Amino acid sequence: MPEISRDEVAHLADLARIDLDDAELDHLAPQLSVILESVASISGVAGDDVPPTSHPMPLTNVFREDVVTPSLTAEQALSGAPASDQQRFMVPRILGDEQ
Amino acid sequence: MTDTLVPWDDVLAAYDPALGLEVHVELNTHTKMFCGCPAVFGGEPNTQVCPTCLGLPGAMPVVNGKAVESAIRIGLALNCEIAEWCRFARKNYFYPDMPKNFQTSQYDEPICFEGWIDVEVEGETFRVEIERAHMEEDTGKSLHVGGATGRIHGADYSLVDYNRAGIPLIEIVTKPIMGAGAKAPAVARAYVSQLRHLIVALGVSEARMDQGNLRADVNLSLAPQGTGGLGTRTETKNVNSFRSVERAVRYEMQRHAAVLDAGGSIFQETRHWHEDTGVTTAGRAKSDADDYRYFPEPDLVPVAPSREWVEELRGTLPENPVERRARLQADWGYTDLEMRDVVASGVLVPIEETVAAGASPQAARKWWSSELARRANDAGVDVVDLGVSPAQVAAVQTLVDAGTVNDKLARQVFDGLIAGEGTPEEIVAARGLAVVSDDGALGAAVDAAIAANPDVADKIRDGKVAAAGALIGAVMKEMRGQADAARVRELVLEKLT
Repeated sequence: MPEISRDEVAHLADLARIDLDDAELDHLAPQLSVILESVASISGVAGDDVPPTSHPMPLTNVFREDVVTPSLTAEQALSGAPASDQQRFMVPRILGDEQ
Repeated sequence: MTDTLVPWDDVLAAYDPALGLEVHVELNTHTKMFCGCPAVFGGEPNTQVCPTCLGLPGAMPVVNGKAVESAIRIGLALNCEIAEWCRFARKNYFYPDMPKNFQTSQYDEPICFEGWIDVEVEGETFRVEIERAHMEEDTGKSLHVGGATGRIHGADYSLVDYNRAGIPLIEIVTKPIMGAGAKAPAVARAYVSQLRHLIVALGVSEARMDQGNLRADVNLSLAPQGTGGLGTRTETKNVNSFRSVERAVRYEMQRHAAVLDAGGSIFQETRHWHEDTGVTTAGRAKSDADDYRYFPEPDLVPVAPSREWVEELRGTLPENPVERRARLQADWGYTDLEMRDVVASGVLVPIEETVAAGASPQAARKWWSSELARRANDAGVDVVDLGVSPAQVAAVQTLVDAGTVNDKLARQVFDGLIAGEGTPEEIVAARGLAVVSDDGALGAAVDAAIAANPDVADKIRDGKVAAAGALIGAVMKEMRGQADAARVRELVLEKLT
């Protein structure tokens, strides 16, 4: 049965930028283990002949023609932004590097 | 802080380099990878965006079929296998250059894998094995405002333009290239250069390195000589010219060797390349792949190119580069040495275009392989970025053939072309470069030369015609190289014999 350790939960929380304190980790780690166990019960039904699926529809090759469709205006694009300047999205000072 | 570098020969005496290159190619499709926004360069900020590429809730991506076609054609040209079935994956990370908080990429199921291309360096062929070529999307552009230097650290806030976010990218990753030794920097350069030729021949990207259509990341590690192992690598990001690829490899080899010689260890990290100073500086520590929590993209269905489609696309591939080179060499009548020189200086395509524009193969080679390649080298740029087009070179040669300018004056026409002074004809007129063959002006200069060199004139009168060279030289000097040398010789002999 898959189990998720307290350390793994702490690592995932860190990656997801979720600040969890010790009490929350103690509380959540066992709960996540239970969820994983429940999901894992699918393995008992699906044998080796059933491939894992990532999409509910049995489709492939759904492509779009390479034809331009109208974009938003900059005003529309920025309308939901908490802050903007010089027609650009304004975001807090960035630490780290571009990908 | 300046890095300590080990002298080049000492690096080679103690270590074997392993190279790896990751090249991102921005496709020239009309639209983005997953939405219909235009994929063109240079629009006003945030005017080529929509709910999908802005990652707004509920927006759904749909794959651009043309981009898949381009990916397969690139893969085939790199002798890759094409996946029968593959998926997109989300690469999750926190950085505002992707508004979705993830980049749609491919992870363990790339569309193209297991390929190779051969590159030639100084007559030796290296087979570069391709690990994979996968589809993904470009990121937005950040502008860092405030801070002491304007660079990323110390910036007060960042401004983001998402026009580029979602433009189709193909990332081409090599396997480690081992055994290149002293030629490692040149192999890296030759690979990127050949990849660019191939991309241009396929017509799938503008492939301009200076505009970021083609971006190279250079992985490098050293292992003690003869151990055959792989050391810890660094990844130097966004090296944006062929010449810089070569310099970055060399620099990192010398820097790694210094760290290792001193008993230190190389940190697995990204490095920034600085074009102006020719050095790399530390970036961020490299995360393990699972830190990105890749998982299959649930909003996109798998891509399963039929074998019929793959074969149809194989039929559209341009000529194999090796065969093409042999054909051009035969057509142009170049010797092996001349051809090798042409390929090494990266002027094969410009010469081909210059010949197509009407110049003779010998003239095209003369200008590109010596004159322009030398100037590019002096200026520290790639010859294709020098600012002289193949059509202009052909036009200059037309002026030479017509006797309007000689080779020496033609070099000044190139000065003008590089300075952006107009067409070759305009430059000849504006700079007054035309050869003088008018007998009036030439005759006066010849008379002056005879008067100034009476002993030489006497020799010629006595029948020593070979002495005429001294007078012709004097006239050429007087007329700053703009005299028609053949006519000057005739006039000298007419006057003295």
